[in-house]
Parts: sequence; structure tokens; C-alpha cells
Amino acid sequence: MTSQLQNLEQIRDLIAKRKRNDLFFAALGFAALSFAFITFVALFVDMLIDGWPRLTPSFFTEFASRRAENAGILAAWVGTFLIMLVTAFVAVPIGVAAGIYLEEYGGRNWLTGLIEININNLAGVPSIVYGLLALGMFVHTFGFGASVLTAGLTLGLLILPIVIVATREAIRAIPNAIREAAYALGATRWQMVSQHVLPYSMPGILTGVIIGLSRAIGETAPIVTIGAVIFIMFLPPAPVHGEFPFINFDWLWSDFTALPIQIFNWTSRPDTAFQANASAAALVLVAMTLLMNGLAIWIRYRLRRNLKW
Amino acid sequence: MNPSCAVRTSRILSIGLAALALAACGPAQPPAASGDSAPATGRQARAAAAISIDGSSTVFPISEAIAEEFQMANRGMRVTVGVSGTGGGMKRFCRGEVDIANASRPIQKEEMAACESAGIRYFELPVAYDALTVVVNPRNDWVSEITIEELRKIWEPAAQGTITRWNQVNPDWPDRPINLYGAGADSGTFDYFTEVVTGKAKSSRGDFTASEDDNVLVQGVANDVNALGYMGFAYYVDNRDKMRSLAIAPGEGKPAVQPSIETVIDGSYMPLSRPMFIYVNAAAYERADVRAFLDFYLDNVGRLAEDVNYVPLPAEAYAVIRRHLEEGRLGTVFKGEPATAVSIEKLLEKETAF
Repeated sequence: MTSQLQNLEQIRDLIAKRKRNDLFFAALGFAALSFAFITFVALFVDMLIDGWPRLTPSFFTEFASRRAENAGILAAWVGTFLIMLVTAFVAVPIGVAAGIYLEEYGGRNWLTGLIEININNLAGVPSIVYGLLALGMFVHTFGFGASVLTAGLTLGLLILPIVIVATREAIRAIPNAIREAAYALGATRWQMVSQHVLPYSMPGILTGVIIGLSRAIGETAPIVTIGAVIFIMFLPPAPVHGEFPFINFDWLWSDFTALPIQIFNWTSRPDTAFQANASAAALVLVAMTLLMNGLAIWIRYRLRRNLKW
Repeated sequence: MNPSCAVRTSRILSIGLAALALAACGPAQPPAASGDSAPATGRQARAAAAISIDGSSTVFPISEAIAEEFQMANRGMRVTVGVSGTGGGMKRFCRGEVDIANASRPIQKEEMAACESAGIRYFELPVAYDALTVVVNPRNDWVSEITIEELRKIWEPAAQGTITRWNQVNPDWPDRPINLYGAGADSGTFDYFTEVVTGKAKSSRGDFTASEDDNVLVQGVANDVNALGYMGFAYYVDNRDKMRSLAIAPGEGKPAVQPSIETVIDGSYMPLSRPMFIYVNAAAYERADVRAFLDFYLDNVGRLAEDVNYVPLPAEAYAVIRRHLEEGRLGTVFKGEPATAVSIEKLLEKETAF
């Protein structure tokens, strides 16, 4: 009887100890989370306090200036927007096609294995390396110059591995039964991919694309490396106009500057009034990133709603 | 099409009504083509390309100020300014990628050879002076002037690890650690300071806080009572409340001089005042827009350089430089040598004799 009671005591002790450990780990996890969160909030609030007074409408419609109070980010945000457009047009079709090939067509052999290792390694290459590659290839060999096109292609290459990996993950999550069902109804492989696998994996692919673009939008090193200018008082030519054929691609060849370059330049200036401008521009960059993420969540939600299986 | 339409379009585009507004505005060519003050010959070139400037971050504020004023005075003209450092800008210049190079030192021998082999001929225009400023923390109460000899003791490569306290340099100074802040090894500022102080460009001790971003140096000196650092005059002027500048004595027994616009002009702040240049591609100078820009540059650089805390040259110097352009005198007066301890007066002599 007593030995049984002792045993019970021991078990209770053990349970209490385990629960303490449990609590300890939960506290540790919470501390880690709050550390990351508080750091972000502190930085963000600091930026907000410094930059908020500068976020007037004219800040978005004025070009840069040597006078801090007149300076705006018109050229920078238009440049960033156009670069992102090119980046998405380059990275999404190539990345998604590559992902589909590797998952649905490539099979398992030494060649796809080699490609896979290379893609995973490419995702970890520092961005400056892409900048140097672009300087040699796009700027000097192809003669594209420090244009919107060069910057878009460079950042497109940079996020290509991210898009490919995300596409593959999304495709892998589709149950095999779906594929077999499609085949059973007489679909060809391409019909199976284009009518089933691709639509069903679209939410996951989009998430990957947005993560990639969010990384690209803040990159400074590669676009500084290709020789992007810092002071510019004109916009790239407009892509649409009133004469046939109504659209043109001259803007691809235009000089540009981008938000990260503008921020970088403003933080390193002697006149301390520019620090407030840098904070305000950084806020705009953060807002653009959040906006893109929000858009991704919304699109994902819309697409998921239409999935019924 | 009229220029105001192009300008208005770009504004409206920025609000997000791009397609509609542009369609309403008629044929939307690049705004460059709309300049009505420009002669027809320059039109083609400008529509194709802007006047491109690249190079030194030290000269950037001057070229930026001129580019801004020029484009406000001449709607439709296009100028871009980049920062690749003096060396990086010169490389691009000698490949013919940019029309104008900003340089915080004269062109070097290898760069002259590179330009020569690429068939690039150029004008060399000194545009302003900078005073390299030696600074300490405002709470530092033991030093107000320093000789070049003492600076050499502190910064020469042999000082690394051995000169670590103020009283090792001068026994009158306290027994406190000395913490050094200086320009990063890729900058023209580093080249010039080491050339003047240790006698050999890029020859410096390595155990100091180095940064290409001068604001890092400002923060370092402002928060460290034992600090000693050097930077461009503009960074000192804009942070006067956080730092104190030291008067520099060029040699033993010679009077120490504080850096200021006046002491650079009269040549007494020596040897740490240095000329800054722009190099102009002679082929680009044939273009009407580049010609107009340089005209504007030389007319206004005196006023605008002062505006961004650099020291302008005297008016007669700009007149001499303008004659170089007009009479087509190509090349450099420095023959690939560094311009150490060249006062404005000496520079003017060199330029006049050129």
C-alpha cells in the first residue's frame, strides 16, 4: 500500500517536472517571438516618428533635390514599380515552367538531381554576385546599359530559385489521386498539368512569387552594381500613349533610380535633415512590401475558395 | 506637343490615372523631346540619351546641385548623376559610358592610358575646393591644434598597435586611449589624406574605424571623448554641434590654421585643402546639351558649391577654365601626378600656363 502511494508521489513529481519544462519552453518560445516582434516594432516606430511629417502628397510627386524639404521620391518609386514589373514578367513564367518540368516531366535522374542541387545553391548566393553577373552580361556584353530592363532582369534572376522552389513545393502538395483521376478520364499529360495541377497549386505558387518579389524590392547591392544613377529628374517614357500602336517599350531602356538607392543615398549625406526623408522613404518601401503581401493573401483566399476537392 | 502637358502627365501618372491621362495628352514622347529652348541639332541626341555624370561621392553634391538647377531652368533637358567613386567613375568614363566624370583627385597615369587606348579625349575642369577636416569630440579639452608631424605619428603604418594613447604623440596630452576614425580604403579622401600625412597614398595604419559612409564617422566621433577622425568639410559643417575641428599646423613652428572657406581661399589651410574636378568627354562636348550644361556649370558652380559647403574658386579661375573649353585645350595639367598641397593660387598658375 505504502509502496503504491510512493509510486504515485513519484509519478506526480515527474508530471510536475515535465509540466515545468513545458512551461519553460513555451516561455522561451514566447521570448524569442517577442524579441523579433519588439525589434521590428521599435524600428518601425522610430521610422514612423522620424518620417511621418515628411509623408506629404508632394513627397510622392517631387523629384529628388539637394534641399531636404523639397526632395521627393517620384523617380524612385516609379523606378521601383517598373523594375518589379519586369522582374515579375521574367521570373514568373520561367520559374513556374521550370518547376513544372522538374516535378511533372523531368523524372528522377542524375541531370535533374544536378539541376536541383544547383537551384538550391543559387537561392543562397549573395545578391551582389548577381549584380556582378549582370554588370558583365547585361551591361557590357549585351549593351543594355544601366536601364530598367537590366535591373529587372537582374532581380528576376535573383528570385528565380525562390519561384522554382515554391512552385515545386506547391505542385508536390497535390495528391497523386488527382493526376490519376485525370489520366483515367483520358487527359494527356499537358491537359492534366494545365487543367488540374497548375490551377490547384496556384495559391502556393503565388505565395512564392510574392515572397520573391518582396525580397527583390528591397535589394540595393545588385542595382548599385549595375551602375544605376542616384540623381535623376525625369521619368521613363510612358508605356501607353494616344497614337497607334498605343503601347511602347522605350521605358525598358530608360535610366532610373529605385527606392533602396534613394534611401541609401539620403542616409549617407552630410545634411542631417535628409535622415527624415530616408525614414519616410523607408516607410513607403515597407508599405509597398506589406501591400504586395496583402495582395498575395487576398488572391490566395480567392483562389482557394474556388477549389473543391 | 507642349511641355506643360508632358510635365502634367507625369504628375497625373504618379497619382495612378496613367492610361487615361496619357491618352488625353496626345502623342507621349519622352519629355526630353519637348524642350523648346534647344536648337534642333541637339534634339535627337537628347531624346536618345541624357547627359550622364558618374564618379566621386565627394563631388556628387556639387554636380547634383548644378544638375537640379540646370533642369529647373531648362525644362526638357536631362541629366543623371551617379556615385561609383572616383576610380569607378573614371573607369566608366574611359570606356565612353558616361559624358562627365566627377573626381576628387586628378586623373591617374593608368586612367590616362585607358582613356588614350579607347580614344577618349577629355577636358579637365577644376570646379571647387574641399578642406579635409580633422575632428575630435566636443568634450575633448586637451587639444585644439595639431601638426602634420603629429598626424603622421598617429596614422603611419608603424603606429599600428604601438601608438594607442594620446600622451604617446605629445607629452602635453593626457594618458588616455586614442580611438581613430577615418575614410574607407576605396575613397579618394583616404588616398589624399594618406598621401599628405604619411607621404604615400594608401599607406596607413589599419587598426581604426574605417567607413565609406561619413555619417558613421560622425556618429563615432560624437559619442567617443577619446576620438580623433578626419572627413570632408561638408560633414563637419553640418554636424558642428557634435564635433570640434582642429587647427592644422603645416610644420614645426608654423601657425596652426582652422579649416574654413576663407582659409582655403587664401591658401593658409595647407596641406589638407584639395581641388576637385570634373572630366568632360571631348566628343560629348560637341553636343549642344552638354555645351549648355557646362556653360551653366561654370556660371553657377561658385554660388552652388558654397551652398553645399564646398569652397568655390575665384571668378578669374572659372574664366581661365572656360577658355580651356572654348579653345579646345584637352588633357590634364597634373600629368598623372596627385595634387597634394596645391593652393588655389598655384592651381590658377598651372591652369593659366596650360
